[in-house]
Parts: sequence; C-alpha cells; structure tokens
Amino acid sequence: MKKVVVIGGGIAGMEGSTYLKSMGYDVTLIEKNSQLGGHLLKWEKLFPTMRLGKDVVNFLNDGIKISDVNVLLNTEVVKAEKNGNEYIIELNNGQKLNADAVLVATGYDTFNASQKEEYGYGVYDNVITSAELEELFTSGKTLTTPSGKVPKRIGFVHCVGSRDEKVGNIYCSKVCCVTAVKQSIEIKEKLPDVEVYCFYMDLRMFGMHFEALYREAQEKWGINFIRGRLSEACENIDHSLVVKVEDTLAGKPLKMNVDLLVLMVGIVPSQGTKDIGRIFGLEFGVNGFLKSLDQHMANSNSNVPGIFYAGTCVAPRPINNTFVDARSAAVMVASYLENYKVEGRINTINN
Amino acid sequence: MVDFGFSINKDRQIDFDNADRRIIEYVAKEESTIAICLICGACTATCSAGNFTDFNIRKITNMIRVGEIENLKEEIKKCMLCGKCQLVCPRGVNTRNIILKINEAIKIFHE
Repeated sequence: MKKVVVIGGGIAGMEGSTYLKSMGYDVTLIEKNSQLGGHLLKWEKLFPTMRLGKDVVNFLNDGIKISDVNVLLNTEVVKAEKNGNEYIIELNNGQKLNADAVLVATGYDTFNASQKEEYGYGVYDNVITSAELEELFTSGKTLTTPSGKVPKRIGFVHCVGSRDEKVGNIYCSKVCCVTAVKQSIEIKEKLPDVEVYCFYMDLRMFGMHFEALYREAQEKWGINFIRGRLSEACENIDHSLVVKVEDTLAGKPLKMNVDLLVLMVGIVPSQGTKDIGRIFGLEFGVNGFLKSLDQHMANSNSNVPGIFYAGTCVAPRPINNTFVDARSAAVMVASYLENYKVEGRINTINN
Repeated sequence: MVDFGFSINKDRQIDFDNADRRIIEYVAKEESTIAICLICGACTATCSAGNFTDFNIRKITNMIRVGEIENLKEEIKKCMLCGKCQLVCPRGVNTRNIILKINEAIKIFHE
C-alpha cells in the first residue's frame, strides 16, 4: 500500500487525509498541537451563514474517524530525505516515516498587529485583533473592553497587515472584509446600542452571499462604513482611543473617539509553512507563501515531485475554498501515485 | 488694535464626536434606505441638475453622515426632483425622498 504523509491538521490537512485514506492509501496525519482543527477551534461562527465553527470541526473529525486516518499529535517534522522516489521523514520524537507522497497543509498565521505600531496594538489596552474578538465570542463572556467598560462605540480597521507595502504584505488576505462585517453584526446582536464604524479602503465582498451580508449590516444593523485607511490611533486618559482617518468620500480628515478598536489582521504564511518549505526544498512565491507549480492548472503541485499543497500554505483562502482545495489536492496526489495517463500534462507545464 | 492682516484658518478636520448629526438621524428614520447607500456616485453621474450646476447628491449623502451641513439648504435647492438618480441607483435608495427629508430636517432643526 502506498504511503502518504499529510503535514498539518487544520481544515486542509484533515479533509485531504480523509479522502486520501478513503481512496485506499496508508495515510499519516501529523499535527504539532495536541488537537486537530487548527485555527478553526478558536472561531465561534463562520461567515456568511453564521454556522458554528464547531459544526465544521465535527464534520472534519468524523471524516478522520470514519476513514480511520492514523493521526500523530504533538508531532513535528524535523528532517526529510529522499531515497529514490520515497521520502524518509524524521519527526521530533525520533520516529521515522516513509512516504511515497507528502501533502503539505501547514496553513497560515495571523499578521502580528504590533508591526503596525501606529495603531498601538500591544501598547494601548483597548486595541485588540479580530482573532482576539472571536476568542471573546467563543468564550461566551460578556462583551467588555479590556479595561472593563461596556463599549458605546467600536471601530473596525480593515486591511491590517494586508495590501500594505510598509509591512511587506502587498496582497489581499481575502477573508478580513467579510469577517469585519460578520463580527460587527455579532456585536450589534449582543449590544444593540453600540455604534459600530468600519474603516475600509475597499470592501471586497467577492464570495457568494457576502454582499447580502454587507447590505444586512447596513440595513438591519445600522453599521457605518467610512472609506479611508486609519492613519493612527492615540489613547485618551480614560483609555478610550482617538482614531484619525480621512473620510475619502468627503475629502476631509476626520477624528473620532472609540472605546474599542478591532484590527482586522491579515493572513501570513505560518512558521510551519516556512519551516516545511525549507526542509523539503520547496519554492516560495513573492508573497512568502509556497509557490504552486502553476497558478491556473497545477495549484496543488509543487516544484518537487511527490510534494503537494493544500489550503492556506499557498495563499489566503476562505474555508469553503480550503475544502475544495484539499479534496482537489487528494486527487492530484492519487494521479501522481497511480501515474494516471493525464499526469503527463502536469510534467510538461512550463512555468 | 492694529490689523496686521493675519488670520487663523478654520480646522478642516471633521470632529465626529461634536458633529451635528440631527439631520442624518432624522433622514435615516424617515427614509431608511439611506443606510444602504454605497456612495458609488451613479446618481450624481446621471443627475440633471448636476449637468449644469455643482449639485452633487452623492456628496451630500456622505457629508450629512459626518455632520458636514454647511450650505445644505442652498445645495438641495439645486435639485429638480426629476428622480433619474433613483432609476440608476444599484441598491434602490429612494434618493428623491432623501432630498425631501433633508429639506424637512433643515426646517425642523435649523430654522
């Protein structure tokens, strides 16, 4: 039986493993944390349907269980060698695994918001990230600012660590716009009297039903959108914040007090993605994510035969696309292992 | 006092916390579709009055949101209420009624 090692137990890794195992391969899924699920474990509700993140985790876990994937938790890859067409993968517990193919699903990290020092994350008490707000939702605690106040006005800053050459990330992280809309609505559900302001450059509502959610935010929940990128946030003596922005549609600078400022942090390649890339000699693209053999025709293929990609180690993507990508990667792994006739097309891609 | 000819410029910055939001609050209550305006400018591109004057309904809609209401009464007088703006609006905002409601709000709060 041919062996496949899947690295990373988030959405892509779990779903990829499930299908590879179902196809009849001997699959080992490696996860560095003590639990499968990745970032999704910390996410209460998902855009645009407000489905519980937990539901998706359960679905993924069912797949792993039903197909009986061999899962190694608290495990990391430290070294890899090639022996003919086979990889010998050394783990941090000293164990060695043989693999005929490897599926890399090492995912993303959220952007470190303290790099945008003008927004005061890590300096001012009441500046938090979107991920932290989500954790607050998940915890079920009452929504207060870190300084313990029930907020009257909340600001959301879009594109923190995205589309910003100053921090070296020129790309769009794709999921933050609609996440801000989703989280604003959730805040209004919990605290109907709070005023919410979103500061954006563009609202990229590309997905199915995203635009409808944006409209709902305006129409039903009275969420306000001000077009302009925040230039800075300063703290008042009572720990509320003054934000400065140009209302670019009014053509005038504007200042406003908010009790809580939420930074919509973008997606960056995870440390694991960088490490695995180095270990296997994979090519990185201009944005620091792993580079697909071809952006149109061979998204799951890498520059190294036998090594495949799934999920956000390649680029920012929402959960639905990650599912599709993982299943598609499983097909590409099978095509390689079985040497399907069509595999020749991949080998002739000239990039 | 001797006039040296110096003067102080008025601050151009919108001070949102002290902005006069009575007009937007009134209009939002009376014509709720203002909340879904995307500020795209299709209304302004087709505006009959805008072809001959500097009337700009997109700008007015945005300006009242942040309390910038100087000359508002004079501005809305330029509108001919032809309703072409409403025909092109991608979100079905009742633009014509917004002008009428601004007019009402000015009478209530500023006259």
